[in-house]
Amino acid sequence: MATTSQPLNVETQPLETTAELTLDAGLGVIGLGEIARIAWEGVVRNKIRSLLTMLGVIIGVAAVIIMIAISAGTEATIAEQIQGLGANLVFIQGAFGRGGPGGEGSNTPRLVYDDVAVVESVRGVVGTSVEMPTSQTVKRGTTTLSDVSVLGTTPDFPSVREMGVANGRYFNQTELERSAKVAVLGKTLAEELFGSEDPFGQSIIIGTVKLTVIGVAAEKGIVGNTDFDSQLYVPITLIFDRFVPSQFARFIGNNVRVIYAQIDTEANMDEVITQIELRLASTKGITLDELPFTIRTQNDIIETQGATTAAFRNLLAWVAGVSLLVGGIGIMNIMLVSVTERTREIGIRQSVGATPNDIRLQFLTEALLLSLVGGLIGVVAGIGGAILFGATSDMRTVIVPQSILLAFGSAAAVGIFFGFFPANTAAQLDPIEALRHE
Amino acid sequence: MQPIIQTNQLTKVYGMGDVQVTALNGVNLQINPGELVAIMGSSGSGKSTLMNILGCLDRPTSGTYALAGQDISNLDKVQLALIRNQRLGFIFQSFNLLSRTSALHNVMLPLVYRRQQKLSPEAREAKAMSVLEAVGLADRAHHVPTELSGGQQQRVAIARALVNDPVLIMADEPTGNLDTTTSHEIMALLHQLHARGRTIVMVTHEPDIAAQAQRVIVLRDGQIESDERR
Ligand SMILES: Nc1ncnc2c1ncn2[C@@H]1O[C@H](COP(=O)(O)OP(=O)(O)OP(=O)(O)O)[C@@H](O)[C@H]1O
Ligand SMILES: [Mg+2]
Repeated sequence: MATTSQPLNVETQPLETTAELTLDAGLGVIGLGEIARIAWEGVVRNKIRSLLTMLGVIIGVAAVIIMIAISAGTEATIAEQIQGLGANLVFIQGAFGRGGPGGEGSNTPRLVYDDVAVVESVRGVVGTSVEMPTSQTVKRGTTTLSDVSVLGTTPDFPSVREMGVANGRYFNQTELERSAKVAVLGKTLAEELFGSEDPFGQSIIIGTVKLTVIGVAAEKGIVGNTDFDSQLYVPITLIFDRFVPSQFARFIGNNVRVIYAQIDTEANMDEVITQIELRLASTKGITLDELPFTIRTQNDIIETQGATTAAFRNLLAWVAGVSLLVGGIGIMNIMLVSVTERTREIGIRQSVGATPNDIRLQFLTEALLLSLVGGLIGVVAGIGGAILFGATSDMRTVIVPQSILLAFGSAAAVGIFFGFFPANTAAQLDPIEALRHE
Repeated sequence: MQPIIQTNQLTKVYGMGDVQVTALNGVNLQINPGELVAIMGSSGSGKSTLMNILGCLDRPTSGTYALAGQDISNLDKVQLALIRNQRLGFIFQSFNLLSRTSALHNVMLPLVYRRQQKLSPEAREAKAMSVLEAVGLADRAHHVPTELSGGQQQRVAIARALVNDPVLIMADEPTGNLDTTTSHEIMALLHQLHARGRTIVMVTHEPDIAAQAQRVIVLRDGQIESDERR
């Protein structure tokens, strides 16, 4: 080669003018852009391995986002259902189930239809509703529908349960007291029975009883498990008399499962509930403690449901936390391998002036980069997964923006936390040994 | 004139407790600006140990060492790193280039870790390029070391050693991994640097290489056995 003869044209400065020596490393931080570039090279140098390293973080982040989306979706569904029940409601529930007439429960006081009047008389109660469902065959002309849900209610039902009447009217107190044979049809049911005809004033036959249609309810849709539009509403007294007559009714009254009471928004909910309990206890001739009824508010139900979702969410949080932890350990593992593999590189950098902090920062940034890129992929996978899950299953998913931040933040924290040990190991390497490393 | 290297009773003892190896045993050495010094000695005589201390990669167990007037015996790891960056250039037997990094970026490396008079990325690249040109490798700037011959790799390493204008160039067996022809090329390059006033200390096993130096120091059992100037 002819290179030997080539003149060297480096402008060598006279030694006297050599720049002042700096012995203060400052923060020991070389340009962040430079650090990021070095770290990025470290990540892309071994793409497959980097990807595998990120897998734990990807799964963890995606899990956090999907799971929070599922539980947020569930909560939203529950909240809507509870809203659909009507405002400011309390639910008075009797002890039922075991026992029955003559059974061991026969001595315990039961919630009966007459208790509605008791509840109604409490100050602060602006409306009550009591429901008694039964399933019957409904006939109109040539149309016969079996297993139609017939709901026995009281005149307060539309206001308490927030159901409008679109056509005609709901039955009144007089009709209730007389067990009048009148019916209000749900919208869908009306269409099934009458098509485009006006049902008002027409007759239908429920079981063997002929009733007159006095109204059609406004569309309300499905709340909880109940499709309000496919039901049929009749005075509850009619149900007791004609559809589920009880031979004991004469002595103990007609059993009801739930009494709904609507409370004045101005009134103190807890006080009103105590009053209802006192009034019911005194009616039954027992003390408050012996009262076998449970009175729950909408909030209680929200809380119960909330507790269930919270438990679910806790479980998911654990799953997500564990995946992130595993992801972090994966990062630590690979970073340690990487530090060992690149010992000589570290030695070379040290020999040209990299300080321990420079080296530490380089590997820390690399770990952070791994977890951030993993986090980013995880976010995309999580959002995609949540949307896909919502579309393909009957569970609803709502992507919560904070969950993305949370997941991404946790990924970054995991990267820094688990990157610290390998980075420190690298920073503390002895330059001579590092340079000698094979 | 201030000496580049001034050591006083430089001693290095390896190992703790019972098994102690005295690798350097009271070395007094003065090297002046512009000298080209070859260090020789049998294996285990302490050449590398001396180079490590003179190169600020290691600290002496006792004794003092001043590099261009700056006492470095009591500096910490961080300060030693800064001295290496600003005052020293290393040439290794095994080149020690970053294997997946282009020649240009290898040469830029000391500039990256520079704290004083920082250069912009463009200026760094320009400076590294000019040094690569000087060692005759401008056309190989974007090749990675595996695409270069041994001699070319060592020239990249020399460019890297020069890029921060060091007061002292340390070369531990710079021709140890090279064939005779290439060795001569590298030596010619070092001579050119020397001719331009660089101070160079190099370890070598080869007498004909050592013969090219103005001064030959021979170590034996951690002490200077002979120190000849020509
Ligand atoms: N890190 C260490 N720990 C313990 N002993 C060491 C260490 N480094 C070197 N030594 C010992 O110090 C002595 C001098 O070693 P050094 O590497 O300086 O010799 P050298 O002259 O460079 O030899 P060579 O020509 O084989 O490279 C040797 O006895 C060696 O075993
Ligand atoms: Mg040696």
